[in-house]
Amino acid sequence: MEIFNHNSNFNFLGLRRFSIGLAILLMIGSIGLILTKGFNYGQDFVGGVAVEVEYQSPIDPADVRSALEKSGLENPLVQAVGGTRDFTIRMQPKDDKNSVALTGDEAAAKVAGDVVAALKVTRPDVIQKSRSFVGPQVGEELRSDGVVAVAFVIIGIMGYLWLRFEWRFAVAALATEIHDVLVTLGIFAITQRDFDLTVLASVLAVVGYSINDKVVVFDRVRELFRASRNATPEEVLNRSINSTLSRTIITSLFTGITMAALFFIGGPVVHGFAITMLIGILVGTLSSIFVASPILLWLGVSKKDLMPRSKEDPELERRP
Amino acid sequence: MSDFPRWKYALVVIVLLLGIVYALPNVFPPQPAVQISGNRGATVDAALKTKVQDILATAKTPASAIDVDAKTSRLLARFATADAQTKASDALRTTLGESYTVALNQASTVPGWLQSINAFSMPLGLDLQGGVHFLMEVDQGAVVDAQETRYADDIRALLREKKVSYDAVNRNARGQGVSVVLRTDADRQSAATLIATDYPELTVADGTATGNRFILNAVIKPAKLRELSQSMITQNLTTLRQRVNALGVSEPLIQQQGANQIVVELAGVQDTAEAKKIIGAVATLQYRAGLYTPQQAADAARSGSVPPDAKLYYGREGRPYLLSKTIIATGDELTSAVSGRDQQNGTPNVSVSLNSAGARKMQDFTNGNVGKPMAVLYITRTTETKMVDGKEVKTPKITEEVINYANISSPFGKQFSTNGLPSDSEASELALLLRGGSLAVPIDIVGESVIGPSLGADNIDKGFKAVMLGLGLVLVAAAIYYKLFGLVADIALFFNLVLLIAVMSMIHVTLTMPGIAGIVLTLGMAIDANVLICERIREELRNGSSPLAAIRTGYDKAWATILDANVTHLLAALGLMTMGSGPIKGFGVTLFIGILTSMFTSVTVTHAITALIHGGRKLKTLSV
Repeated sequence: MEIFNHNSNFNFLGLRRFSIGLAILLMIGSIGLILTKGFNYGQDFVGGVAVEVEYQSPIDPADVRSALEKSGLENPLVQAVGGTRDFTIRMQPKDDKNSVALTGDEAAAKVAGDVVAALKVTRPDVIQKSRSFVGPQVGEELRSDGVVAVAFVIIGIMGYLWLRFEWRFAVAALATEIHDVLVTLGIFAITQRDFDLTVLASVLAVVGYSINDKVVVFDRVRELFRASRNATPEEVLNRSINSTLSRTIITSLFTGITMAALFFIGGPVVHGFAITMLIGILVGTLSSIFVASPILLWLGVSKKDLMPRSKEDPELERRP
Repeated sequence: MSDFPRWKYALVVIVLLLGIVYALPNVFPPQPAVQISGNRGATVDAALKTKVQDILATAKTPASAIDVDAKTSRLLARFATADAQTKASDALRTTLGESYTVALNQASTVPGWLQSINAFSMPLGLDLQGGVHFLMEVDQGAVVDAQETRYADDIRALLREKKVSYDAVNRNARGQGVSVVLRTDADRQSAATLIATDYPELTVADGTATGNRFILNAVIKPAKLRELSQSMITQNLTTLRQRVNALGVSEPLIQQQGANQIVVELAGVQDTAEAKKIIGAVATLQYRAGLYTPQQAADAARSGSVPPDAKLYYGREGRPYLLSKTIIATGDELTSAVSGRDQQNGTPNVSVSLNSAGARKMQDFTNGNVGKPMAVLYITRTTETKMVDGKEVKTPKITEEVINYANISSPFGKQFSTNGLPSDSEASELALLLRGGSLAVPIDIVGESVIGPSLGADNIDKGFKAVMLGLGLVLVAAAIYYKLFGLVADIALFFNLVLLIAVMSMIHVTLTMPGIAGIVLTLGMAIDANVLICERIREELRNGSSPLAAIRTGYDKAWATILDANVTHLLAALGLMTMGSGPIKGFGVTLFIGILTSMFTSVTVTHAITALIHGGRKLKTLSV
């Protein structure tokens, strides 16, 4: 079975002004959204108390909220997780007046107890499934660890591409990676979905996925440049995208299928993870096709830069 | 068949067989159980087994099996449900009393032959089996405070001893060290030399000099502070491990995370207050004179008549000791305890230093008591909160244990050592206990969570279904799109899952929910290599290659791409692994292993199967 016409020779590079322009717009828009709206950081990062409760029969989230507020618990964040019976309630200890005298984990335990007690007043059929407390300093460390990890990964990947390919490929990969990460984060800023530790991890997984995608195209670019006699860089790049197009899309579909499975039945714990991956796969696939190669063209990639340096690297010499 | 050498077939078969064997234990779900071990020499034998059976019969929660392991002197009672397990452990704990530790446990049901080749199932993370999680942090500020106060005391004593006259020795602001105010520059020079020789871990620098005030600053070197905070962590890890055993959790996870954090995970526990009481206990120690002979102590323990000037205590192994009621020195006067080897006869020992106050008292006592015994008493204080008439009543619970009992060979003061310890490990344990009791190490709980057991079971169920659905969908999609080659890829993908689980089990990766997400993602991405191969083969066929040549070139050309793509992906997984924190690490480790196993299954295994199907035949077309 084949979905794609293997003789297709769509002129992707011809769209480069449009596609790059759009990519830049998306990036600027994402930065703007991140700066203005910010992220809805999860408990992992801002600290506080989270209580997960389950009702025997469905209830409206608004009722849950009002039950809490009636008992003097201010600013509770009530989120339904997968249905109308399971909720996560997040609070900062300072919003519970009864816990003012306490500090740290003692305050947290008090708040969690108060939350369940407050809910029981209106609906006795509620039970606590789990609760957790994260101190404010923990999130700080996690966030900086995360930034370091993302930087480490991007630098490592660039270094590898520089060695295996050429500096232009490393730069093109870096630019598209930044685009992918920014746009994925931008979507998080606009939807205000919970941004927690698993989401941060999946942003890194998106980097991994998307770079994998680009490397496949780059590999073909190198191969076709070496094999070509006098094709222009634009022709070579176009042919590379076209001949890897079916692989790019099929792999995205396959990975997308598994992430959709995770999203629909994996439960609330992995929701954020699966949705980030789905967004990242979409963004990464599009940028592999429309963004990475035009950057290569602008950086002036040419046949002579890619010929095997036989004296320096005998491994490359054997390659076609 | 020149295409695919024999040894590679052998490799594929061996690896897949090993994969199946080592993944197999995960098919056997663990069983709820209660583990009983003896304290203070209480025996675990057939008599205890009968007793346990009786208790369980009275509590109406009969065990499905009770085994006594003579080697580790433990008794294991297995139950059909988690409910019965909880009830049984409550009944056993109250009836058996303090001589036995009753712990909740997940007993393995993996057959003996698998266990004998070290094939175990993956341990489950807290999010999959329920329990409590604590994140604790050493209070760096308090560490600095304690050390600077100690150095101020020591410098004062040193100057007094060496007869260097000074106006004052005071602490500066936290982290700024100690300032010594002297009267002349000459005094300042000699003080600087004295401090620098005795305390090489301090940086000594001249401060301002006005009139007859010459200031000298001594600051603790950052390396020393790091070392101190690391030793606090190590010490806390050890004391926590000992205390958690008392809590009745059979396999607690207690480990360091980052520079100054400790993670404690107690599976099966639901009551954080109870857990915190134990891990938050405060320990102190006391040096006391040993009185009477061991025989007299044993008699006193038996008859219950203790001489009026003494008090009866027990050692860790249950041996009785009679100790004086007067305390010589206490833990807060102890400044360091280091285990090592005696320089003269090479036996394991522990060197102890006291501060000046402790040293004076120790000197006075030892001068008149050479040849007599001295003991170290280790005291743990916890508070128990009980509800009495609807009110919280806090009662302190104190446990006292003799951790060391030795004769005084010669008078000593500030520095002394306990020699002739039976082994290095006992020496280091004694040193750790001494340090643990020397000062209440300030450690705060900065994060905690309780995961209900039903939530854990729910997560496992959802995770398992997600893996199966993800796998199933990809299998079907690949078979439809790439026909025979798709089916071959499907076999490889299935084995990828098997190998991934086998490797994770072999290196004891704890399975968590993010880990399961990593497995699903790996399955989705592992098929990529096969997509690359199949697309290449199709291209080669279109370019007019013969089927066999198309397979060969297809694999060759795709391999270069697969390698580049996977190396970059491995780098990303490595980044996730270094992100430190538990769940994310689990995800990164899973992804990392998954990429490696997928390179083997997607390329080598499919190549082997393809060569087996197509090799040696004249082919006109390929089903790809």
